[in-house]
Amino acid sequence: MAQQEYQKYYVPESSPWPIVGAVALFLIAVGAANFTVEMTKGKEGFGGWILFAGIAMLIFMVTGWFRNQIHESMSGLYSDQLGRSYRQGMAWFIFSEIMFFAAFFGALFYARTIAIPWLGGASNNAMTNEVLWPGFEAVWPLLQTPGGIESTQMGWFGLPLINTLLLLTSSVTCHYAHVGLEQNKRKQLSVMLALTIFLGCIFLGLQAYEYIHAYDIGLTLDSGVYGNTFYLLTGFHGLHVTLGTVILIVLYFRVQKGHFTPDNHFAFQAGSWYWHFVDVVWVMLFFLVYIL
Amino acid sequence: MSSATETLKHDAHDDHHHGPAKGIKRWLLTTNHKDIGTLYLWFSFIMFLTGGAMAMVIRAELFQPGLQIVDPQFFNQMTTVHGLIMVFGAVMPAFTGLANWLIPMMIGAPDMALPRMNNWSFWILPFAFLILLSSLFVEGGGPAFGWTFYAPLSTTYSGDSTALFVFSVHIMGISSIMGAINVIVTIWNMRAPGMTWMKMPMFVWTWLITAFLLIAVMPVLAGVVTMVLTDKYFGTSFFNAAGGGDPVMFQHIFWFFGHPEVYIMILPAFGIISHIIPTFARKPLFGYASMVYATASIALLSFIVWAHHMFTTGMPVAAEMFFMFATMLISVPTGVKVFNWVATMWRGAMTFEIPMLFAIAFVILFTIGGLSGLMLAITPVDFQYHDTYFVVAHFHYVLVTGAVFSIMAAAYYWLPKWTGVMFDITLAKWHFWASLISVNVLFFPMHFVGLAGMPRRIPDYALQFADFNKWISIGGFAFGLSQLIFLALLIKACRKQGEPVSDQVWDGAEGLEWEIPSPAPYHTFDTPPVVK
Ligand code: HEM
Ligand SMILES: [Cu+2]
Repeated sequence: MAQQEYQKYYVPESSPWPIVGAVALFLIAVGAANFTVEMTKGKEGFGGWILFAGIAMLIFMVTGWFRNQIHESMSGLYSDQLGRSYRQGMAWFIFSEIMFFAAFFGALFYARTIAIPWLGGASNNAMTNEVLWPGFEAVWPLLQTPGGIESTQMGWFGLPLINTLLLLTSSVTCHYAHVGLEQNKRKQLSVMLALTIFLGCIFLGLQAYEYIHAYDIGLTLDSGVYGNTFYLLTGFHGLHVTLGTVILIVLYFRVQKGHFTPDNHFAFQAGSWYWHFVDVVWVMLFFLVYIL
Repeated sequence: MSSATETLKHDAHDDHHHGPAKGIKRWLLTTNHKDIGTLYLWFSFIMFLTGGAMAMVIRAELFQPGLQIVDPQFFNQMTTVHGLIMVFGAVMPAFTGLANWLIPMMIGAPDMALPRMNNWSFWILPFAFLILLSSLFVEGGGPAFGWTFYAPLSTTYSGDSTALFVFSVHIMGISSIMGAINVIVTIWNMRAPGMTWMKMPMFVWTWLITAFLLIAVMPVLAGVVTMVLTDKYFGTSFFNAAGGGDPVMFQHIFWFFGHPEVYIMILPAFGIISHIIPTFARKPLFGYASMVYATASIALLSFIVWAHHMFTTGMPVAAEMFFMFATMLISVPTGVKVFNWVATMWRGAMTFEIPMLFAIAFVILFTIGGLSGLMLAITPVDFQYHDTYFVVAHFHYVLVTGAVFSIMAAAYYWLPKWTGVMFDITLAKWHFWASLISVNVLFFPMHFVGLAGMPRRIPDYALQFADFNKWISIGGFAFGLSQLIFLALLIKACRKQGEPVSDQVWDGAEGLEWEIPSPAPYHTFDTPPVVK
């Protein structure tokens, strides 16, 4: 019975892209590792170049791979079932990203509520404080580390608040772009998508500005666990926004070429999910890193 | 669980379907789940032998007290890289390989859901291990901080190969996550009509849950290696008290990944055993539903027991108690499983073919590992056992006679289906008995030296441990050599030397994979079968 209705599940016969991607990741890993050592230990080497070659190759691979897929999708090879596979795959990928951020949020939580109070003598750690870190006072944000490094707090008012509003708005515009696509209002789709990209770019610009400002007022990557969590959380978030923006830009060009239909637009859906995800992470960040 | 199928044999006239491509291109560019499964399995076996060679170095050094063969720094590199290779290079890829081969055939799918990504997940693995192995030759030596890379060993006190280590772990993680996404989506979305959740074979169930665990915890591993990288090279102080961090925080994050990770390495094994025992006991699996629920509860509980690895770090007493009881709780669903396997065998018409021998050995020896785990779970007792050879005995029972034996059982069970010929049974018997005896000579005395206080990860030991260690090393060399029998057997089987087998292969075997021809055609289930 179900037999007749079954649409063939498209399985490509073979593909050159994954192995290209594997070599690319290999170069990125070797390059990044060597570059890290060379940069921080002042050694000579090719790490940076290898890393660069790897990234270039990865971009080449992604372009080729996606071009294949777009072509297949446009020639009607994809069944609904395949569309579901892609959507589910994307959803689980986003879940893995959430867990990646969770590790850093977890570190923030542990440092704030356990490590620092204990260094300050809480629980049964009076001697830790008295003998190892005399005079250390447990406060958050940790503006003076047990080792004595001083830094300054980043307030939430001002740039961070503006950035929050920007990203929240961009989530809304992204949603309306999607609605436009689903209702076949191409104009709304284009405008809203462009607006989303625009907001994302401003966000990134302001974020860069804020980093410069932070370094000026003395909050640096090596100024203790407050600075660490601040920079790694906002930094990884920023990288994700950058990636999200690139995705949206690609989507924009595809929209201009007339790609996507109201009921066949996995790539768009995935891009917009990703965008909403980076927004939600930002809201968490805003509360946990800046306000609280 | 009986399943009949309507359209089974694959349609040879379909224009799309040639066989495999020729030569090396077949393996580099393939999107076929069977090819990729084979790649994973061979890769895993090569890693098993590589990691095994390192274990031989360790056992040679420990054959006698005193320092004789390698220097301590190199000894530490061997224990570290041995552990990393066995966990990430041997056991995990073997299960992924089995998943690739079996899941589509078991659920009646034409292939994995995302075939190109499948190829990518595999091919980045050899590169990751190339990086890890090459780090051994870096100036200052390879990683020497143990497979658990505790800070500050991996931050303040490590060499410059640490950066290579970190990025190779990143790639392994990316590979596992992509592999897991593929498995989950395949199971969720590609089941044949009629293959409802509660009709799914146990191997599929256990892998579904394993894949969920993988996606949940591999990113946390990525996070913690990243923090190690920034602490070591970029001046952050996540794990440094002077900056307000805490080295114990490393252990929390690591074990939040690490404990689910050990279940990642055992749940698919549970699935395999749940296939083999019913076949050779000629009875359906006892308590199928309870097996499913037990697997799910083990997976959920595995998120709240991590600190049983950290009892001696000086956590508050309330935390010690919580993690002690939560850990003990896990033995309940584990016990349910062992009970069900035994109940399946109870009054069955049992025969003892090679897969069954491995499966029975698994049940008994894994249980020994579970029991020593229970001992370790008791906080005050663990104060004494922690970081001794008792822990080494525990995890080698669950991992070698558990996970690795299950992988061998699976290889023997499904190999005839893959190759179309029966493997060399004489060699297989030699392999089984040699492995079984040597593995116990190898690991059982570790309990004794551990209880008596011999610390792990030290290249020398006190004189009173000399006799036991001699035997442990002899067992180790014997176990290592026994695996060469397996290698010979596998090469013979892959060259298709042996008697052709029937489609069903084993007369008690049930499931979709036994209804397709042997050897399994290159493409199966282009149109899904209907499972009744
Ligand atoms: C009945 C279930 C189990 C219990 C109660 C249990 C308990 C424990 C405890 C308390 C430790 C920490 C010992 C210490 O370091 O002092 C431990 C270590 C370990 N367990 Fe288990 N375990 C169980 C099952 C398993 C399984 C199924 C696996 C893997 C397949 C496993 C793998 C390991 C490993 C690899 C370590 C050592 C990690 C290291 O420090 O290098 N365990 N176990
Ligand atoms: Cu554990």
